[in-house]
Amino acid sequence: MSTALHRTASTTAAGATTEDYVTMTIGGQSFGIPVLNVRDVLSPQVITRIPLAAPEIAGSLNLRGRIVTAINMRTRLGLPSEGFVERAMAVVVEHDDEPFSLLVDEVGEVLSVPLQRRESVPATLDERWREVSQGIYRLDDRLLLVLSVTSVLGAICAAPIH
Amino acid sequence: MDDLLKDFLAETCEALDLLDSEIVELEQRPGDPALLGSIFRVMHTIKGTCGFLGLPRLESVAHAAEDVLGRVRDGELAVSHDVISQVLVALDRIKELVASLGATGGEPAGEDREIIDALRRIANGETAAPASTAPAPEKQGSLFDRAGAASGIDTACELACAGFAAKSADGAELEPELLKLQFALAKGFEVALQSTPGIDIADVLTCLTDNGWTEEDIALLETEIGQGFRSLGVEEEDVAALLALLHRGAQDAPQAAPPLQTEQEPVVAAPASANPSTEKHDAAAQGQTQTLRVNINVLEDLMTLVSELVLTRNQLLQIMRSHGDSPFAAPLQRLNQVTTELQESVMMTRMQPIGNAWGKLPRLVRDLSQEVGKKIELVMTGADTELDRQILESIRDPLTHMVRNSADHGIEMAADRLAAGKPEHGTVELSARHEGGHIVVVVSDDGRGLPTARIREKVLTNGLATEIQLEGMSEQQIQQFIFRPGFSTAAAVTSVSGRGVGMDVVRNNIEKIGGIIEFQSTEGVGSRFTIKIPLTLAIVSALIVECEGERFALPQNSVVELVRINRATSKGLDNINGHPVYRLRDRLLPLVSLCEILGLPQTGSAAETSETDSMYVVVSQVGAFTFGIIVDKVFDTEEIVVKPVSRCMRHISCFSGTTILGDGRVIMILDPNGLASAVSASPHAEAATLAGNTGRGSRRDEAVSMLVFEARDGGPKAVPLSLVARLEETDLATAEKAGSLTVLQYRGGLMPLIDLDGNPAERKGRHPILVFVDGQRMLGLVVDRVVDIVDAPLDLQLSGGGRPGTLGSAIIAGAATDIVDTVYYLRQSNTNWFEVKTESPFGAEGERNVLLVEDSAFFRNLLIPMLTVAGYSVTVAEHAEAAISLCKDGGNFDVIVSDIEMPGLSGFDLVRTLRADERTSAVPIVAFSSHANPKDIARGREAGFTDYVTKLDPTALLNVLSRTHTEENHKEDAA
Repeated sequence: MSTALHRTASTTAAGATTEDYVTMTIGGQSFGIPVLNVRDVLSPQVITRIPLAAPEIAGSLNLRGRIVTAINMRTRLGLPSEGFVERAMAVVVEHDDEPFSLLVDEVGEVLSVPLQRRESVPATLDERWREVSQGIYRLDDRLLLVLSVTSVLGAICAAPIH
Repeated sequence: MDDLLKDFLAETCEALDLLDSEIVELEQRPGDPALLGSIFRVMHTIKGTCGFLGLPRLESVAHAAEDVLGRVRDGELAVSHDVISQVLVALDRIKELVASLGATGGEPAGEDREIIDALRRIANGETAAPASTAPAPEKQGSLFDRAGAASGIDTACELACAGFAAKSADGAELEPELLKLQFALAKGFEVALQSTPGIDIADVLTCLTDNGWTEEDIALLETEIGQGFRSLGVEEEDVAALLALLHRGAQDAPQAAPPLQTEQEPVVAAPASANPSTEKHDAAAQGQTQTLRVNINVLEDLMTLVSELVLTRNQLLQIMRSHGDSPFAAPLQRLNQVTTELQESVMMTRMQPIGNAWGKLPRLVRDLSQEVGKKIELVMTGADTELDRQILESIRDPLTHMVRNSADHGIEMAADRLAAGKPEHGTVELSARHEGGHIVVVVSDDGRGLPTARIREKVLTNGLATEIQLEGMSEQQIQQFIFRPGFSTAAAVTSVSGRGVGMDVVRNNIEKIGGIIEFQSTEGVGSRFTIKIPLTLAIVSALIVECEGERFALPQNSVVELVRINRATSKGLDNINGHPVYRLRDRLLPLVSLCEILGLPQTGSAAETSETDSMYVVVSQVGAFTFGIIVDKVFDTEEIVVKPVSRCMRHISCFSGTTILGDGRVIMILDPNGLASAVSASPHAEAATLAGNTGRGSRRDEAVSMLVFEARDGGPKAVPLSLVARLEETDLATAEKAGSLTVLQYRGGLMPLIDLDGNPAERKGRHPILVFVDGQRMLGLVVDRVVDIVDAPLDLQLSGGGRPGTLGSAIIAGAATDIVDTVYYLRQSNTNWFEVKTESPFGAEGERNVLLVEDSAFFRNLLIPMLTVAGYSVTVAEHAEAAISLCKDGGNFDVIVSDIEMPGLSGFDLVRTLRADERTSAVPIVAFSSHANPKDIARGREAGFTDYVTKLDPTALLNVLSRTHTEENHKEDAA
């Protein structure tokens, strides 16, 4: 409820040119996904490991009868992930009509930020990070990286064709 | 495209498919009134609807075809080849038009005059008259035709209703009913004029009166109807006749009714019903089942939803089980039941008769037979066998392909058939039936069949197999080559009657849906394809297994049996070169560990617990390949709903799908095909199955005493005890060097010591030594440990595979054991081991020919090298029959060594036959048998054997052979 209120407030304050992001932290870094891309946010789930799958694929989980592939975002970003999957929150998104859940450390509030404050990602950033980031916002207390769902999942889905 | 047109297209396509086969059927059963009625009705409906939708080209073609059919039905025209062909041509045109209608939404521009004229000529009983009758002359035809036929009547009724609505006081009120009324009126006229079954027009009016229509309204309606016909250009005289029909009582039957009326199904209608349209529908639905057209997507969605429901139900039941008594128990039970029923019902909606995939085949076969001038009959049985539509779609093309092949290439020309003493008509049979959870479809023909010799040739030229491989194959195995991809080359098409065309594609399609296809053919008699396919793919029964704490589902249909192995005692579990195998009853089963295939990390703790625990082997079969999958635990079986694997994991061949279990957790469904390919990726496993198959052919009943020992790489090894003279244990420190050999002073002589790898033993410490002795010569084989002496049936499961020093592997005392090739070591250590001997028996006479008759591969392997190195030239016969023919063919043998007990003719039979033959009566024949009691020996000598050697002592054979030779020399000297 409070996040919803927060959102409306900031929308009215900043006018029409804001974008709403669901914020989350992965390995201490804040990330945002456009709110319309997010289908669901889940508390830690029972995840079935899938042998032989790509290392980023943490497994599959059952979301109300739908089978959702879980992506370990820490591994995707090249961060250590021991014991991470068991306590991770899941952000459910869709890619090509298929549901995926992105495993992250924490899911925060929904933030509304003015679009004109978006900056491009610094070129010095790690390749794996740059690939999945669409831009960056300088917030008062932290930096918010915009996560591109298509980039995150596109590589995983395309890779195994050999 | 509007909905109306869409519905029309769907309906018409269906109707056309039906017509195709029905018209061909009509040719065979020209007198069948029910069939004729049905065909006429379908064509009539198409025509009527076209008129309604304003599709003039379609309507005119359909009309012309209907005319012909109408005449046939009225008995005015006989069913002839011309009639059927012409109607089929019209049908093809209708199909073309409908297809373009579907693609563009409108009729294409074009002319159908030619077809229509041809149909007219046929209808008028002419065959080659010019198109003079093209514009139907006035005053010809029935009142029905003069009134504009069905479409004209329909239009007139529409006009009448519109006029009525405008003029009547109650018009506005009746508005919604008018369309129904229009239908009822049109139909009524048609019934009255055409004597088709249904509600007569007079009854329609009676109905209206019963429903409270006023006299005025009815009078107005009548006027409007008259007006309607007039406006369409119907002559006044005819209009009067039509209006007269309205008042004719139901009692006086229509004069125009042809005698066929009686043969039609009686009409049981309820004219008192409130709504005239009801009757209309009843009439239309007559003779058909009540069906509803539903979009396939809706059905698919329904199926998905039911799957979810099933899963949720399973989940609830699981929770229930752990809670014991609960107020939810009873309703849950009910839910359970309803869900099951619902699931079945929804599955039913996806079921379609297999006949739907056959609809086009009669036409196809007819056209084909016309084209190539053959006489072919297509017999179809079990067309109402139902299966899942997804599967139906997948087999449609393969079936068409196979039927076409049978008709095109299988069936011979009529003349050839008669010459071969077969009926002139070739028959292609297509049948379907349920068998367990499967559908079995058989496509067979009584044609020329497929000569196996030609397939063989083709296989060889295409390099699909070698001559030697083919040698070991049965006729049926060779026939299966037609499914190989390499077989469908252009050259194969012409030289092997084209049967190979795309058969690999057919097999792929069938196997993709979990089916099996087999081919059988007898030259000159016919061929037969048998397809076995599952009923449905959506829900399967699966075995839940666990491996390293992860659960997987294994489709039940590939599981043959489950074996539980206690790891502690681990009887029957062995390793060959690091590859695990299991002795399952009488064969070696290659094993794979699921953990290893899936690359699951084997955690220490899990390994420990399972060490004390037992493990399970799931024996699976994929095609002809049987293998065992090692898993940690086996749970129960569950009905699971197969869901596709996420795109990002689709490349993993081990998984065929994924599902949600009753407890809500997601698990992967293993693909036995994928696992099998993982197994056979290792050559050892493949060899195991191959050898296992051939091994079955040989005898296993001969028990041989084997000395089992361990040496070098740990696995058990064995030598026949009869070859071992003594067992010694010596400290190798006492061994000495003599040249390149390591020797031991032993019993006053020097004994070379060797190791299993053939090198002089250079080990230290006390070791057991197997001593092989022959005369003054000795050889010591240094081993690590002597395990046991076992009497075991000797059945070589695996050949040595080129490993020097090993004859092969066999199951001895429940363990896979390498059988040591003693002769190899004897030669290794002492090159002149045999040479010394060879000089004494024959002197300078040269080689002696020995014929060895022995069915056991083991003894052949043992004796051939032994005899060869002893200087004999060995010819082998695997059974007595072969031996006899070898002798008859002029084989000159100095001595024959024969087993007694063999499949087919026994050794006794052999010796009697040979003794009876002049050429072989004097040849010494030595019996070589596992039976060694005096009675056997006496019997052997009686039968004519020169000498008798037991299999327990093969080396004795050399002595005996040498002795017989000497005796023979003596005899010769004496003579």
